[in-house]
Amino acid sequence: MEKLFTKTESLYDLPTHYCPGCGHGIAHRLIAEVVDELGIREKTIGIAPVGCAVVAYDYWNFDCSEAAHGRALAVATGIKRVRPHNIVFTYQGDGDLAAIGTNETIHAANRGENLSVVFINNAVYGMTGGQMAPTTLLGQKTSTSIEGRKKEKHGFPLKISEMLALLPGVCYIERVSFHTPAEVLKAKRAIKLAFENQINNLGFSLVEILSPCPTYWGLNPKEALDWTRDIMQKEFPLGRIK
Amino acid sequence: MKKDKILISGNEAIAQGAIDAGCNFYAGYPITPQNEIIAYMSKHMADSGGVSIQAESELAAISMVYGASAAGARSMTSSSSPGISLKQEGISYIAGAQLPAVIVNIMRGGPGLGNIAPSQSDYFQATRGGGHGDYRLIVLAPASVQEAYELTRLSFDLADKYRIPVMILGDGILGQMMEPVELRPKTKTIPQKSWALSGCRGRKPNIVKSFFLREGALEEFNKTLQKNHQIISKNEIRFEEINLSGAKVVLVAYGTMARIAKSAVAKLSSNGKKVGLIRPISLWPFPKTAFNSKDKKLKYLTIEMSAGQMVEDVRLAVNGRNPVEFLGRSGGGVPTEEEIINKVKKLL
Amino acid sequence: MAKITINPERCKGCLLCVSFCPKGLIKKSEKLNKKGLNFAEFVLNGECAGCLQCAIICPDCCIEVHK
Repeated sequence: MEKLFTKTESLYDLPTHYCPGCGHGIAHRLIAEVVDELGIREKTIGIAPVGCAVVAYDYWNFDCSEAAHGRALAVATGIKRVRPHNIVFTYQGDGDLAAIGTNETIHAANRGENLSVVFINNAVYGMTGGQMAPTTLLGQKTSTSIEGRKKEKHGFPLKISEMLALLPGVCYIERVSFHTPAEVLKAKRAIKLAFENQINNLGFSLVEILSPCPTYWGLNPKEALDWTRDIMQKEFPLGRIK
Repeated sequence: MKKDKILISGNEAIAQGAIDAGCNFYAGYPITPQNEIIAYMSKHMADSGGVSIQAESELAAISMVYGASAAGARSMTSSSSPGISLKQEGISYIAGAQLPAVIVNIMRGGPGLGNIAPSQSDYFQATRGGGHGDYRLIVLAPASVQEAYELTRLSFDLADKYRIPVMILGDGILGQMMEPVELRPKTKTIPQKSWALSGCRGRKPNIVKSFFLREGALEEFNKTLQKNHQIISKNEIRFEEINLSGAKVVLVAYGTMARIAKSAVAKLSSNGKKVGLIRPISLWPFPKTAFNSKDKKLKYLTIEMSAGQMVEDVRLAVNGRNPVEFLGRSGGGVPTEEEIINKVKKLL
Repeated sequence: MAKITINPERCKGCLLCVSFCPKGLIKKSEKLNKKGLNFAEFVLNGECAGCLQCAIICPDCCIEVHK
């Protein structure tokens, strides 16, 4: 029988530690598929974040580095400047990229570092137990915004992709979602473009994924996907930002 | 053959020493009194095919160094005391990931923003690891511009040999003063790094990390770090000694302070006083073996530009066999030759 | 006709594949895997068109599709 769909080479044949319905598993697989479709597994270097995906390197079959929380783009800068012929990407959550690492994010983008960023926005801190993230929606309940995020107290959800789009060093930013298989395929095309941009030396590319966290949203996996479609997308509209 | 010498500052000697050692990545953030290093690297790194980045912060600079080292580069960052505090996050990660890197601290007065006067008050931070976790750095303390050049070159070799961060610990005087320096030919062969990130062509993927979640795994890993520390403690002790034979008082000082102590020793000796000097060059590993006098009447006098930090290591090394006295000034104060001579006279 | 195989030990029972199969050919198993989870199970009735929707949405890469 002909195989229409099977695991790709850049993804190890291992069960992940993620919760049922978590978007990280989809994002990991898409990156691996893109790497293999572009034939760059042997020159790819990934930077794993601090957060739920801290051991992403356990699942990817290519060179990887850890980075301190928020410093992924500084680490990636060091690697890419030393090895400009390798393909270097960071994989970062909302806390990593848009709170503790905002400085590194903005300046790597502003320098136009020739890097690809996969930004997982699930509006919550997962690994530490569901605290408020910079991207937590107004009214969203978390363990540190128990009555829901209030603008007077906590400020607004941070639209870092729109902020980064203002910078001349940035070549491509798109926001995607996983709420249907068709949207997952769109997300994959966006990730592929972010990698192709790097191959073509076009500068800084970022793909923001609205990714489900059923556990800390208190929803079942399908409800969580519907929440990204019906609620999250209103604050974080999908599509090409730059 | 007559060797050419050039007149440069300590900061410039450190930068040139790095370039001559094959350093191909530098990232830094401006802070006084070490700005000549970042300026020198910005100007000269490209000529040797290297990369120099002015980072957005010290946090970013040290993480860039982490990345460059992970990718197999010889990499360096530099700063001064408040900036080094910021770098401690990355230094801990570099130690945890067993990466080689060179960190330069041209110390100024603290705590807090302190001042920009020379100081030696980061000794504890440098020699105890500085960041979180059970780790050490190799710490080398030059006392002249030539030695700043030499020890910077050495630090890259030690960092690669032991896969450990190495710190050059100087102060504002050393960084700013100019002396003639004899340069040596550039290091040509840099060790192969099979663990480095380069893309997994023809091999299994390499992972650079400091995270060990499995029960017992981190303890096991820490034991390998500690074994490395033991080997370094045995092999890499460096110090200078002057006039120890028959000395009644032995001064102990490092870096700039040792230069002033040395001139005090010269004056006292010319007046017939039996005074010697131990100058630790490696602050970690601390040269414990230098404190082995059999003379129970001998007194050690530790002199520092701090309220008393290295003196604790001297006391540990002496282990109660001899009295250990202290003379120091902090907050940018520098003990003078006269103050040293007066103190020694009281001890004799 | 296509068919899918679901690795029952890899499956975490999120059942997103069940939600997105256009022909309703995937169901929650009555059985438990070693982790104690009700995994997803393919209903063998020969109507699978190999549309890949299940495999694309699966967060755990436990579905293979054959034709």
